[in-house]
Amino acid sequence: MFNLKRQLLSGPYLLWMVGFILMPVVMILYYAFTTTSGHFTLLNITSIFASIHMKSLFLSLKLALACTAICLALSYPLAMILNNMKQRSQGFIVFIFILPMWMNFMLRILAWKLLLSNNGVINMVLEAIGLPGLDVLNTPSAVVFCMVYDFLPFMILPIYNAMSRIQQDIIEAARDLGAGTATIFFKIIVPLTTPGVISGIIMVFVPALTSFAISDLLGGGKVLLIGNVIEQAFMQEYNWNLGSGLSLVLMVFVIASMALMSSKGEKGGASVW
Amino acid sequence: MKRKKTILLLLCTLGILGLFTGCGAKDSENTLTVLNYGKYLDPEAIEMFEEETGIKVDYEEYVTPENMYTKYRAGAIDYDLICTSDYMVEKLIQEGEVLELDYANIPLSNNLDSEYFEFSKSFDPENKYAIPYFFGTVGILYNKSMVEESKVNSWNILWDKDYSGQIIMADSVRDSFMVALKILGCSLNTTDDAELKQAQDLLIQQKPLVYSYLVDEAQDEMISENAAMAVVYSGEAGYALEFNENLAFSVPEEGSNMWIDSWFIPKSAKHKEHAEKFLNFLCREDISMMNFDYVYYATPNKKTKESLDLELQENTTIFPLKQTLDNCEVLKPLDDEATMKLNLLWKEVKSAD
Repeated sequence: MFNLKRQLLSGPYLLWMVGFILMPVVMILYYAFTTTSGHFTLLNITSIFASIHMKSLFLSLKLALACTAICLALSYPLAMILNNMKQRSQGFIVFIFILPMWMNFMLRILAWKLLLSNNGVINMVLEAIGLPGLDVLNTPSAVVFCMVYDFLPFMILPIYNAMSRIQQDIIEAARDLGAGTATIFFKIIVPLTTPGVISGIIMVFVPALTSFAISDLLGGGKVLLIGNVIEQAFMQEYNWNLGSGLSLVLMVFVIASMALMSSKGEKGGASVW
Repeated sequence: MKRKKTILLLLCTLGILGLFTGCGAKDSENTLTVLNYGKYLDPEAIEMFEEETGIKVDYEEYVTPENMYTKYRAGAIDYDLICTSDYMVEKLIQEGEVLELDYANIPLSNNLDSEYFEFSKSFDPENKYAIPYFFGTVGILYNKSMVEESKVNSWNILWDKDYSGQIIMADSVRDSFMVALKILGCSLNTTDDAELKQAQDLLIQQKPLVYSYLVDEAQDEMISENAAMAVVYSGEAGYALEFNENLAFSVPEEGSNMWIDSWFIPKSAKHKEHAEKFLNFLCREDISMMNFDYVYYATPNKKTKESLDLELQENTTIFPLKQTLDNCEVLKPLDDEATMKLNLLWKEVKSAD
């Protein structure tokens, strides 16, 4: 009896999961493997090999990798600096990092669009101090920049968490045994923070790979990511079958990248799944 | 124990089914479901209609005609009245999705200039299905301080290297191809492979010069002078001119696209009489005036136009000249095969380097 009650408690979430996660996935599967008239086909899946779709996929992978690498390069030293600060200021700085996340992310993208535009604030300031204007809006660089801005907290927080969990005793013990700073860093800090780094990578890489809103707004319609191709198939071309087929391929990429990363981070126990 | 589980499972399924039928259940007699472009009707007019007739209006908006088609075809909501552009109306007429209008219930449609019913005949040959709402053309909105005015009478200026990085193109398949096809001297409704390929080559060649591909945001970018020129609808241009006096609008001599956004009653309508009542209401002089003030596009309502300031009536950005219109073509719907072909060509343009 007790067991059943416990199961009932999960009822609302189960309902949610079936209705809004499982059913849509099943529908996408159905659309992906059928033609508009309902016959079985593999064309929607294999259309990923069409040159324009391949191009978009590679561009997405390239930008997502760049974004992840930049986030990692920024976050790791930052987490270390943060970790060495006084407890109180640590809390404050983490708060500052989370603060922008209180605002809707679409609004923040729109704000960047205004800031970066030809007559935007940034160019006005640059001009005023006699520097050449910035011409990044509507290029892939602007898209990567905004992705980094949006997803950076997802990289910092897990790394910072992992780092703050390292006990000072271990580092002191290492020092007693004669380890130099470099040895401590590579033999203790890096291995102990790997699980955090891996969660960070997944949490940045996956949304960066699948995003379409950022490239739409800051790419000026010139940066066609695979997410944009899928969105266009659904919203403009009324070709749900093609959209579903490409979504499925993208899902495979997402799952593969998560599996790859989590197989490396298994020992740490802080992985995402 | 096992039985309870089965019951639980059944309950879950029922609950989920409930989630999906929820929207259809509130259907009552005194409502009207309207689907329209964004910012295309004064919300106050809806309130007035509700007060006058006691009919509750469920008002919904969409962005592009293709969005509208997706929404309508998804079938989740039974729309009573839809406003969309010419070629999409024609597509739905061809698919048998449009009901005939009963003009006896819309006596005020007499307020509309018969000239525009003539234009409507290109997609609704007997004027049986659609009532024009607003119309206009596509042209170049340019900044007089950045562009040589003698050149804007041709679409070729959009390929001029002097304006590299200052050109905004339309982020819509048909409008962008229209520009390229008009340069080549082809019809904007062509489905000829060679002509389309040539147009695509032109668009790819143009891409390095383009600042961005936009639809609705183009006017804002022009107002804040982020670009020198943009391909926009005449209505948007009229709106932009109000905010920045450096701007001007031109419909190039090669010809352009004339569009007529029209109301029609789809087959899904549950309240056809209410829809006709609403159409009649929209044709009324004061309401049409409110909507004109709100939207600022060319209205086919002659009573409304006559009561405007002379200066506004003669504003050729908002009200295109007859000779400009005669030089324009109305878009035709393409069959599935041609649509796919065009979409693919457009995607290739968008992903070109």
